[in-house]
Amino acid sequence: MNRVYALCDVNNFYVSCERVFNPTLEYKPVIVLSSNDGCAVARSNEVKELGIKMGAPLHQIMNLVNRHQIQVFSSNYRLYGDMSNRFMSILERFTDQVEVYSIDEAFIGLDGFGHYKLGQYTRSIVKTVKQGLGLPICIGIAPTKTLAKIANHYAKSLSIPGGVLKLFNEYNIRNALENLPVCEIWGVGRRLSERLTQIGIKTALQLRDADPKSLQRKFSVNMERTILELRGQPCLALDEDITKKKQIVCSRSFANKTTDFDVIRQAVSYHVTRACEKLRKQGSIAGAMTVGIRTNPFSQNDKQYSNAITIVFPEATNDTTVMLNAASQALSRIYRKGYLYKKAAIILNNLHDSENYQTDLFHQLPNNSRLMETLDIINRKMGKSTLRFASEGFEKEWEMRSERRSPSYTTSWNQLMSIK
Amino acid sequence: MSKVTLLVPRSIPMTLPLITTKVPAGFPSPAEEYLGDSLDINDYVVKNPSTTFFARVEGDSMVGKGIMPGDILTIDRSLTPRHGDVVVAIINGELTVKTLYIKETMKLVAENPEYSDILITGEMDFRIWGVATHTIGHLRS
Repeated sequence: MNRVYALCDVNNFYVSCERVFNPTLEYKPVIVLSSNDGCAVARSNEVKELGIKMGAPLHQIMNLVNRHQIQVFSSNYRLYGDMSNRFMSILERFTDQVEVYSIDEAFIGLDGFGHYKLGQYTRSIVKTVKQGLGLPICIGIAPTKTLAKIANHYAKSLSIPGGVLKLFNEYNIRNALENLPVCEIWGVGRRLSERLTQIGIKTALQLRDADPKSLQRKFSVNMERTILELRGQPCLALDEDITKKKQIVCSRSFANKTTDFDVIRQAVSYHVTRACEKLRKQGSIAGAMTVGIRTNPFSQNDKQYSNAITIVFPEATNDTTVMLNAASQALSRIYRKGYLYKKAAIILNNLHDSENYQTDLFHQLPNNSRLMETLDIINRKMGKSTLRFASEGFEKEWEMRSERRSPSYTTSWNQLMSIK
Repeated sequence: MSKVTLLVPRSIPMTLPLITTKVPAGFPSPAEEYLGDSLDINDYVVKNPSTTFFARVEGDSMVGKGIMPGDILTIDRSLTPRHGDVVVAIINGELTVKTLYIKETMKLVAENPEYSDILITGEMDFRIWGVATHTIGHLRS
């Protein structure tokens, strides 16, 4: 049977979320900043037309911001996360094959629809999401995931009415690939596209018509897959079971660089606590934890240092007390005096289901599962960090700027939008 | 006269299963087959969780419909607005809650004689944000 893949993604997701709850932003230029209010990570179409690039640092575009009265927001991840979950659960109503690919995009499987029905069906997805959530989305449909990505790219850049673009027949596919630089293809990053350009492959069409075997030898098996996918032969299946993450990462830059061990330890403890919450929420336990710290590699004047250490637990765990203890010891092993640290990170690895994990008879860790459960329930009900471990500290000296954050409209009773 | 039927709240049956399991022999509890009839207010108020939003009411323009200042409105965006629905609308960028009239002329009507109707004209930036389904307020201050 022929496969049908569709990539559904929200246009300018963060900006669109802000506009749902603040209708005065409609038609105005809007920017959402990265964490710590550093640079633009989401731009409305009006802002794109002003020539402001993705990732532009705020301080470099202040002139344009003032001249065009661009509305600037800090990122509000609670709001975006909640809207993302709603978006994905609407998609699940239309098909049972949903692969959540990122916060604002999902691949869905739509096998078994006729081509006419397919257009109608996907346009109704666009309408349902627009009405139900107020979010504009585009859908690209094709026989492979790689082509579906490309179809979506065109649905968006050509502002196709109805928001849906199908890429099935050779004529349309050829047209689409002819004008597409290789760097725009899913999975072909900047470095690969530079190497492809050196051997004369500049457009997606040239890549499609290249010899997959010889490029596999020059590059990798992934390159061969990309070529086959561009030819309409599916090599990448839907990865539906990514709801359980295989790795949990909690990391953030500090607002101000610091040399202070205690401040860094508080940040690390905070990340460990958050990571463990996520771990328990998805019903997993971790076999290993990596703790890393580093200075700012972009700073010309600072002495540079970065180090990380991985702790393997005798028995996989999701107990915050065990992890905090381990993280604290790990940190004191990698911390060096006299450096200005900029970032700390926690990575939980080697995750298993907590249900069917074989416990080790000889290494009985303390069993705090009831305590952890209670902790999670209280923090979920009363708000993040209502109950916390003392090592997280009280003054979050390391916490970053987010001075322009909008209210948590959908996740906090005292920040609901108000209506006259 | 209004008639009020009392429904069993969730907190009562939660403790019951523990008691019945403590009796290893003898007759089963006559209440056993009724267990599980606990109520969650969400089932009643939130029919479509992914498209339901909450908002806080400011002002008294809808008191005639029992929507008081400070109430929390539940809004289900998946519903298609009909004549007579209480809707949250956007007029020139501002959010407002009113009753929607679409027969003959299209207008937004307040449920308070001190407010006049808002006629919807072509020049207005008018959109419906969602249909309000419930209002939740405190009766005891």
